[in-house]
Amino acid sequence: MWEDIKDWASDFFVTGDPLIYGADVGIVLASLSVLFVLTYFKKWGWFWREWVTTVDHKKIGIMYIIASLLMLFRGGVDALLMRTQLVMPEMEFLKPEHYNEIFTTHGVIMILFMAMPLMFGLFNISVPLQIGARDVAFPVLNSLSFWLFFMGAMLFNLSFVIGGSPNSGWLAYPPLSEKMFNPGVGQDFYIWGIQISGIGSLMTGINFIVTILKMRAPGMKLMKMPMFTWSVLGSCLTIILAFPVLTVTLALLFIDRFLGAHFFTLDGGGNPMMYINLIWMWGHPEVYIVVLPAFGIFSDVVSTFAKKKLFGYSSMVIAIMSISVVSFLTWAHHFFTMGSGASVNAFFAISTMVIAIPTGVKVFNWLFTMYKGRISFQAPMLWTMGFIPCFVVGGLTGVMLSVAPADFQFHNSYFLIAHFHQVLIGGVVFGYFAGFYYWWPKMFGFKLDEKLGRWAFWLWNIGFYVCFMPQYVVGLMGMTRRYSTYSWDTGWFGLNLVSTIGGFIMGIGFLVQVWQILYSIKKMDKDTTGDPWDGRTLEWSIQSPAPLYNFATDPVVKDVDDWWEEKQRIKAGGKPTPKPALQPIHMPKNSAMPIIKSTFWFLAGFGFVFDWMWLALPAMAGVAITMLFYSFRYDTDYYIPVDEIRKTEAAAGRAV
Amino acid sequence: MAHNANHAVSQGHGHDHDHGHDGHHDMEALRQMGFWLFLITDCILFGTLFATYLVLHNNTAGGPTASELFEMPGVIAETFILLTSSFTSGLAVLCMHKGNRKGLIGWLIVTIILGASFVTLEVTEFLKMIDEGAKISTSAFLSSFYTLVGTHGLHVSVGLVWMIALIIQLTRHGITPVTTRKINIISLYWHFLDVVWIFVFTIVYMMGVM
Amino acid sequence: MKSRGWRRFVAALPLLAIALLMSGCSTDMGVLEPKGIVAKEQFDLIMITIVLSIIITVPVLSMAFYFAWKYRASNKDNVEYKPNWSHSTKIESWMWGVPILIIVVLGVITVIYSFKLEPSKALAAEAKDGVKPVTIEVTSLDWKWLFTYPEEGIATVNYVRFPEDVPVEFKLTSDAPMNSFWIPQLGGQIYTMSGMAMELNLMASEVGQYQGRGANFSGEHFGKMEFTAEATSQADFDSWVADIKQSSPALTEQGYDELAEPGVVETNDTYSSFPDGLFDRIVSKYGSSHNHSAAAEGESSSEETSSEGGTNK
Repeated sequence: MWEDIKDWASDFFVTGDPLIYGADVGIVLASLSVLFVLTYFKKWGWFWREWVTTVDHKKIGIMYIIASLLMLFRGGVDALLMRTQLVMPEMEFLKPEHYNEIFTTHGVIMILFMAMPLMFGLFNISVPLQIGARDVAFPVLNSLSFWLFFMGAMLFNLSFVIGGSPNSGWLAYPPLSEKMFNPGVGQDFYIWGIQISGIGSLMTGINFIVTILKMRAPGMKLMKMPMFTWSVLGSCLTIILAFPVLTVTLALLFIDRFLGAHFFTLDGGGNPMMYINLIWMWGHPEVYIVVLPAFGIFSDVVSTFAKKKLFGYSSMVIAIMSISVVSFLTWAHHFFTMGSGASVNAFFAISTMVIAIPTGVKVFNWLFTMYKGRISFQAPMLWTMGFIPCFVVGGLTGVMLSVAPADFQFHNSYFLIAHFHQVLIGGVVFGYFAGFYYWWPKMFGFKLDEKLGRWAFWLWNIGFYVCFMPQYVVGLMGMTRRYSTYSWDTGWFGLNLVSTIGGFIMGIGFLVQVWQILYSIKKMDKDTTGDPWDGRTLEWSIQSPAPLYNFATDPVVKDVDDWWEEKQRIKAGGKPTPKPALQPIHMPKNSAMPIIKSTFWFLAGFGFVFDWMWLALPAMAGVAITMLFYSFRYDTDYYIPVDEIRKTEAAAGRAV
Repeated sequence: MAHNANHAVSQGHGHDHDHGHDGHHDMEALRQMGFWLFLITDCILFGTLFATYLVLHNNTAGGPTASELFEMPGVIAETFILLTSSFTSGLAVLCMHKGNRKGLIGWLIVTIILGASFVTLEVTEFLKMIDEGAKISTSAFLSSFYTLVGTHGLHVSVGLVWMIALIIQLTRHGITPVTTRKINIISLYWHFLDVVWIFVFTIVYMMGVM
Repeated sequence: MKSRGWRRFVAALPLLAIALLMSGCSTDMGVLEPKGIVAKEQFDLIMITIVLSIIITVPVLSMAFYFAWKYRASNKDNVEYKPNWSHSTKIESWMWGVPILIIVVLGVITVIYSFKLEPSKALAAEAKDGVKPVTIEVTSLDWKWLFTYPEEGIATVNYVRFPEDVPVEFKLTSDAPMNSFWIPQLGGQIYTMSGMAMELNLMASEVGQYQGRGANFSGEHFGKMEFTAEATSQADFDSWVADIKQSSPALTEQGYDELAEPGVVETNDTYSSFPDGLFDRIVSKYGSSHNHSAAAEGESSSEETSSEGGTNK
């Protein structure tokens, strides 16, 4: 009996590696300490009411950001483990099987569980505020999106200690990811982790499109929207067109593995190349899904910190929207080497290059926004300035990669790795950091320490170039991605050593950021104005942090950068625009449905991973019942009385 | 999906500024729009499944082919039943607009009965095929067939449960702006499934036996 | 020819400089040190794209730093400040026009080179008259490369040899998860996929040993999927073949099955013969998956071309 249990446990839990035991202990301790703190300070009720069941977009945004920073830490540790393994030839730090798991989880976590939630966090924090709305269109759905993402991420990360991690690359190409070559549960964790959080992403896409199209403040025509909001619209449109493809693709892969179907198998008439086509039909737009909002952030940041109107507003809008369309026509450039023939390759090469045009236009727009401006270099602007050269060089190598006949020499080499890290770190991560620093005072009501921020910026920036520039060269020398080790006679040692050093410099940069946050919490440099950067858009017209109802009265918008224009009018001696009388505000009630339903999804996913139908089927039934049950709830909203609004506004020092 | 959405809206947003009452009208319009967007995603979902089917439908790997397997009388019956149910769901909506709750519920029940017969026929067809040895694991053709048609069947089944829930809500609340929106949405969903079925019928069954 | 070499040298200078600084002079510089006609063309193409991209990136970068410096808020000089200036038709036409122009030029170049460097295109025209191409069949296995020579009748593992200045027609497939066959100094890579015979034509212009590797992740010991490609004189090649024919063991059916088992091979085994039609059987083993003649969707066009391109030969 005891032996049986031991056998089962050694199969069920991942064993045999000190790293894993360390992680086990870490996870158990962290969870226990969270439970302890909540219990000791009697905070369970508060936690449930204020966070778990909240439908407030600002709090959901904060939860997204916290979760994504945790994931950034996990993905970053993965990255450093890989760099350590590659620091010199013939290293035996990680076994090949672990190396394979780690690059797989690094990729999945960074794109799907770091970039996506950080992006959704910023959407949530600022889109309703920028368009003068009280919340998103579907607040409960919004909370459901978050919890689905969270449960998906937890399920995926669980594979590290239970059952084993996925190990067939971040896009899990079959036949390698099929049962035939990959019988373990890791691949199923991958499928269900992504699937569950993917449903959440899809719903966020729908939610924000409706929010942006239908809930803008009176007077805010489409062409008067802040550029970040435009970029969110572009990104969300891309989400709703691309994510269903991912859902289907992963479902088919799961049906292959679970029911023995033959979509992508080598036998039975399956076609692995179809998976590769399908996954990139999602995967390529996905890249633009995450980068478009970064472009929006840069636009807002540049015009704010140059104290100048954004140059070429309509060019920018056209550029954003055309990128989100063309992004659907380029997927095959990820496999020029599949032997598709010259004409197919030439088509996809050109469609890929075409994307460089609107992207280039954006860069010019930012430059001419700076031209004849008055630029101050606080944290958000600093990250923007770090972004421009990084992204321009990344774009250059992107164009090089798009030249199909040359791509035969770049494909799957470290040249490619360096390229996409350059656009994803230089573009997406720097962009989201800029947004993170920009909106931090609006989220929490105090500023982050500038000096530590500069340290973090320079460490990240220098670390980036030290890490990835050598990878371009080592790629051209013939080093291919995903090699767990290489031999001395390759001549790649020096460059890899430098690259690893760069990786660790970025790691230190991250630690400085963590320290910066802790230090700033202690220092508590309060933002009493609500407008710390002399901002231009509506979110800066209200107090920091934004009150529950966002706007005491509906703002009426006349111009692009309405808040800036208002301030100019007042400066020129004009009167502030009169505000209408306060009215009770209609708000949604909290809901426990999202967390319950997401928990059922988690259990169902876990059951499917281990083929435990006794768990998976009841849990799926739980999902359905929760949904039905919720459909019967009609009492979903309430009003905030005028007195309470008046009190809140007065406490923030605002007359109404 | 959209029917479980809750939401905060300030009075009279955006273009609909002149409405100015309690904002309920806006909210229902928002939810309707959300549902349209959901239908777009569902379209893409089915589109991907159709594409998969088209790529794989000749890969029978020595197993039965479409023309050997499909029995058209049953399929044609399914088609007529589903088309009729779409019509009856339309009648239900008409009754709703006239404020006729009984008629609305009655036609919904007819729609449910038709939908349930459709699902029953489909399940019977599947079971028979499996009995003949045409399983999902037999060939790529059958994998994509069962997945495509089964996904449609699953959508229909979800719709049935949803409709039953709405009937209960109608008996409790009557015809209100909220239930009106919910009925509009389910009928939209039902028509959508009908359109998808027409594609299934043409691309899978007609092309299969021809 | 001279001017091209010069251009190549100048353009590659910065890259070479970094690389040399890092690793000394003796190492294999891969793509940057082409030794085959395909790789040379690709190198030229890479340099052309770099030059074209630099036309736009250098001014952009200089402008970025210049504007940031000149219009900094702390600048005490009396610089112009125009907070509402946000549109200029002239500038906007330039900033759309220049990128479009560059992409058009690059697009044309790409199309020309796409056809010129299509990997399945035979290189007979590039070789000297009367030179007969060598055919080598490549099978990627878990985690090793098997090379079979249909004309010479020999087989090798993780080592491939061919004569210099002779076109080599590689036919590639996989009896394991897909991989990618890449000899950077000789030319670009191509996927090896089960159920298909892909084609890659290369030609070495110099005698030498070139690193070759698998470029598409294929599982646990993917890191060991390296091989050596060696170009020798025709005479050396012939005597090497004769030598193997004489002294190496034969690869039997059973021997192949054992070789195909997942595992790593550290020695470069050679075989004096291999089962008849082995390669074609490996391809057709998975062939049933690619009889989708009537695939109607756009996305399948790429795979069709490849499978047909492979089997029609």
